[in-house]
Amino acid sequence: MKASRREFLKLGVAASTALLPLPARAQGAAPRVVVVGGGFAGASCARALRQADGRIAVTLVEANATFTACPFSNAVIGGLRELSAQQFTYDRVAADGIAVARAIATAVDPPARSVTLADGAHLPYDRLVLAPGIDIRWGALPGYDEPAAGQMPHAWRAGEQTLLLRRQLEAMDDGGLVVISAPANPFRCPPGPYERASLIAHYLKTKKPKSKLLVLDAKDAFSKQRLFQAAWAELYPGLLEWVPLSKGGAVTSVDAATRTLTTDFGRHQAKVANVIPPQKAGRIAEVAGVADGTGWCPIDPVTFESKLQPRIHVIGDAAIAGAMPKSAFAANSQAKTCGAAVALLLAGGAPSSPKLINTCYSLVAPDYGISVAGVYQPSASGQLAEVPGSGGVSPSGAPRATRAAEALLAEAWFRTITDETFG
Amino acid sequence: MGRTLAAAIGLASIAAATVASAEPPAGAASCSGCHPASTRVTSPVPRLAGRDQAAIVRAMQDFRSGQRAATVMDRIAKGFTDEEVQAIAAWYATQQ
Repeated sequence: MKASRREFLKLGVAASTALLPLPARAQGAAPRVVVVGGGFAGASCARALRQADGRIAVTLVEANATFTACPFSNAVIGGLRELSAQQFTYDRVAADGIAVARAIATAVDPPARSVTLADGAHLPYDRLVLAPGIDIRWGALPGYDEPAAGQMPHAWRAGEQTLLLRRQLEAMDDGGLVVISAPANPFRCPPGPYERASLIAHYLKTKKPKSKLLVLDAKDAFSKQRLFQAAWAELYPGLLEWVPLSKGGAVTSVDAATRTLTTDFGRHQAKVANVIPPQKAGRIAEVAGVADGTGWCPIDPVTFESKLQPRIHVIGDAAIAGAMPKSAFAANSQAKTCGAAVALLLAGGAPSSPKLINTCYSLVAPDYGISVAGVYQPSASGQLAEVPGSGGVSPSGAPRATRAAEALLAEAWFRTITDETFG
Repeated sequence: MGRTLAAAIGLASIAAATVASAEPPAGAASCSGCHPASTRVTSPVPRLAGRDQAAIVRAMQDFRSGQRAATVMDRIAKGFTDEEVQAIAAWYATQQ
């Protein structure tokens, strides 16, 4: 109780210094927030806004009627799960009083505070939240354009691409070479390529044991590396080989017609090739002028407001969130923080410094899970930084019972975060 | 003019306080990514809403010190001060 009274006094003082948005509120007009993108970031934020202040009129703009989740989609590729288990509608989000506009946002006019939809409609906003996820940088890897993805799937946005990669693996004869190309940082889901390698290796070991999996990497280090490598040595010896940048792992071009991946050290002709290509913030971020030269979006770590455009907030994979990884949990954590901050800003308040969490599981086998966790706060330099002494990965050398427990926790994690976002 | 301003300040304070009463303290909003907010979800991870404040504080202290076995909570508890844990626990204790 004491804390809330202090909070009240502090906010009262803060609010008195920020009078500009008030006249509209004083006359009773509901503030309008438009959220573009209905993934873990956008849908969570739309809900957080309504929870923080039920007077806010929230519109969620999303092109698809169904959301297909990326976390656990590697289990779909490995034949352990059906894609339908990854899919969610927006019915329950709409039932929360959120206007769900099934549309593509094509333009943003920051001075006019308006979003344009593909059908020409305009959505005015007092604050805009952009949660567009990633786009592929087509052509950044020579030979990898949109048609090439039909031969060498990226499967980095879940859905048809996920099924395509799975079907290719199922159609492959035993003894074939599967190649995964992993990109340089930053990209969506840092441990994702290595979980995928693990679950494809599990599929091959179980169904096509004479096959081989090669991971060609544009990096020398990756998330949860020691844990993955120890598990690979234990579970998939001789089957899975990881080639780092320093050993010639960086793929410099691909040829989709022959499924050939070229590195500085040679060529690999694959039976199945999964090219995880370079990425950038989803297109609307660039259109709105919130993406910088890196292709990602610099933000204020307290409010997630763009450093390039006022009244536009960017959350999830598209944002440059310092030490926070581009993960579903980070997106959900940022969404709730941003939603509360936006509600407070609209009411004339001043958000205080937040703390955010990431918790992310990877499956190395169906009964073998590993995790990474972190706690983050804004640093003096204005970035989200890990709280010193916190976070880290699962212990090395833990018994298999611990790995099995984390595999079960991974599934519980998925049920919980998807329920909070879409359920 | 002066009166309008004073009235505006009053309204601002009320508006901000209305929002603030529902606003979780730093860090609290993130917990529900793993600790289900809804009773619909089946999970070995316990719900936090409505739990005893002292019990949450004790659990966080034990996770941080290593006295209580953990998978990820030892790593997460180390990211929060005693004051932050108290505020988070107090907030969850009042939630339904």
